[in-house]
Amino acid sequence: MSNYHLDHLQYLETEAIHIMREVAGEFERPALLFSGGKDSICLLRLAEKAFSPSEIPMPFLNVDTGHHFPELNEFRDRRAKQLGGKLIVRKVEDAIASGIALQAPGEISRNKLQIPTLLAAIEEFRFDCCIGGARRDEEKARAKERFFSFRDSFGQWDPKNQRPEIWNLYNGRLNPGENMRVFPLSNWTEMDVWEYIRREKLEVPTIYFSHKRLCVRRQGQWLPVNDIQPPKPNEQVKELVVRVRTIGDIISTGMVESPADNIDDIITEIAAARVTERGSRADDKASEAAMEDRKKAGYF
Amino acid sequence: MSVSTDPLPISETRPTSADVHAPVDLLRFNTCGSVDDGKSTLIGRLLYDSKSLMEDQIEALERSADITGGGQINLANLTDGLRAEREQGITIDVAYRYFATPRRKFIIADTPGHVQYTRNMVTGASTANVSIVLVDARAGVIEQSRRHTAIASLLRIPHLVVAINKMDLVGWSEARFNEIRAEFESFLPRLDIKDVKFIPMSALNGDNVVTASPHTPWYPGPPLLGHLETVHIASDWNLNGFRLPVQWVNRPNNPRNEALHDFRGFSGQIAGGIVRVGQKVLALPAGITSTVKQIWTLDGPIEQACCPQSVTVVLEHDIDISRGSMIVGLDELPGAGTEIHAKVCWMHPRPLQRGKKYLLKHGSATVQAVVTEIEHRLNITNLEPEATPSELSLNDLGEIRIRTARPLFYDGYAANRLTGSFILIEQGTNATVAAGMLHPALELVKPEGTDYAI
Ligand SMILES: Nc1nc2c(ncn2[C@@H]2O[C@H](COP(=O)(O)OP(=O)(O)O)[C@@H](O)[C@H]2O)c(=O)[nH]1
Repeated sequence: MSNYHLDHLQYLETEAIHIMREVAGEFERPALLFSGGKDSICLLRLAEKAFSPSEIPMPFLNVDTGHHFPELNEFRDRRAKQLGGKLIVRKVEDAIASGIALQAPGEISRNKLQIPTLLAAIEEFRFDCCIGGARRDEEKARAKERFFSFRDSFGQWDPKNQRPEIWNLYNGRLNPGENMRVFPLSNWTEMDVWEYIRREKLEVPTIYFSHKRLCVRRQGQWLPVNDIQPPKPNEQVKELVVRVRTIGDIISTGMVESPADNIDDIITEIAAARVTERGSRADDKASEAAMEDRKKAGYF
Repeated sequence: MSVSTDPLPISETRPTSADVHAPVDLLRFNTCGSVDDGKSTLIGRLLYDSKSLMEDQIEALERSADITGGGQINLANLTDGLRAEREQGITIDVAYRYFATPRRKFIIADTPGHVQYTRNMVTGASTANVSIVLVDARAGVIEQSRRHTAIASLLRIPHLVVAINKMDLVGWSEARFNEIRAEFESFLPRLDIKDVKFIPMSALNGDNVVTASPHTPWYPGPPLLGHLETVHIASDWNLNGFRLPVQWVNRPNNPRNEALHDFRGFSGQIAGGIVRVGQKVLALPAGITSTVKQIWTLDGPIEQACCPQSVTVVLEHDIDISRGSMIVGLDELPGAGTEIHAKVCWMHPRPLQRGKKYLLKHGSATVQAVVTEIEHRLNITNLEPEATPSELSLNDLGEIRIRTARPLFYDGYAANRLTGSFILIEQGTNATVAAGMLHPALELVKPEGTDYAI
């Protein structure tokens, strides 16, 4: 603050904190979605700021596809512990085993199966609100998303049934069975997230920094090779110096070739970037309407 | 459409790593105009010329150009998500877009035109520093232009830009520009807008959008982006009377730190003014004065904070304060009362009827309220009162009286956009049905009760 004027990160911060406190004030059983990814790392810091010196008054929830990068899960568990928060992990595997999630024949991606797994967790714990780290700049379908995104009793998002958001007044009222998804980072861009991580000196999982990794080329992008995603017989495996820009699961996360091994270099790289971060996600490429469809079904 | 599809050169407009080390501020604006005035083209042009588009977005544009546009890219397609919906008649109020230059970060509230316009524009403009009203230079000032300007004035948007677009179609005529400007200026004095800027442009060709146009030697001002980068917004927030609507009472459960055992803080976003340690404040509705003992943050205590920072304030005395309370400065007191007079924009297909009960959310307080009177509808082009209606319908503006079950502590909207605004929520459906702007209260709060500070 200089001359009683906030800079852009301070503005985005105070807006997000305001929203988190509205959630704490208006909902009975909120949860905060924490994957260990860069956006949810910012969410956790904002929650610390919103509620300090009290502890964050809600548990952390993560849906584990079973295809997560091990570095991410290790970080997630460690960070949750540092904050003394309660971390709830629900696994897609278990949801498949119990019949809550049904795998389509031939479908290896577990992206879609996150949805029933998440909805089952919401029901299990009777959460009335989940705070998520989605941003409007990520994708066209998100540009019109609200801060408070209303879901009907089937967990579905109906674009026609959203509430206007005027000034900083949010309407969090629900009838039984309905719930809310709340996105405090709605107005943040990828650049804002990294600048905030730098300003707040936040730790991020190592896969965001450049490292050596075995990759194969598929559909115009480099995908990591490992047990879950072995190379096909005709594919050439290459060791590259790569990092991730956005983390989906192992199957759909494209690695970008990059020498950036610290936050400053990442920021420099993003400032010069020629493609959007979602450009490296195979799940969104499937169709222009891909994201829109997943959202209607209850995805974030 | 004549946009070059050559690979974009690395630009000077896009922030570079050196720039992103310097803090910048953030400006929010909304665009309005009637259908086909060139809103989508203008937004596309701003994003394209400021090099805010990425290759995959440009590729997507090119793909759709090959399919439908005979190979020419159409900047308006960047916002086609909304467009498609508009054509299907789906109600989407606002889409937000983001871009940055080395000087500022921008948030655009993009509101589709058409039937739902008033509601959409009120939503998009409620947080804006600047409103851009587009005018087609051939058509000049039409009813829609007056409406958009009237709504901008109603919402007290600090800065207005009148973008006189499609100047290429009127031969870049200075006379035509001056004519439209004069027509605007003839009704502006009746409205309440402090700062108005007129810019001649062609969104299609990029004249005076990001770069100055060679066609307007007679126009001495900056292009639109230059204006948006430099317009003075530091005083857009209210820094006069301190207001803290309490969102959450902060009491650590099992503090690891002994010193925090009796910690009791009040968390909220400052909605007006500045707060300092040692300052005398009044807690409402308790009506009791105290002194600010500490302003707590995660990074340690601070000496002062201003609107719109989010803070946790600790007071010297133990006062009954909960969510919905407000802590205010003693130098400038807010109004108080249960009889409220306000302008509203009705936002729901089910009309407002006299005598109906709603929930009113103001700051962090939600109270029961009944609409006791619909005084009149406001003419949407000049905000003059119209005949008294029995109800207000979707997109109507009106002047109403409300009685609340508990007293409200508030300011006039003209003095403070945050403590002077509210929403109405329909009971049962929980729909947000109205946006309200308060007239100043007839009576100010009187500090009474036990005065610990004396
Ligand atoms: N000649 C000319 N045409 C324009 C200009 N700006 C927009 N247009 C055209 O006007 C039409 C409507 O523009 P569009 O951006 O879709 O308008 P919107 O409905 O306000 O979003 C399109 O055919 C544009 O190409 C301009 O400055 N000059």
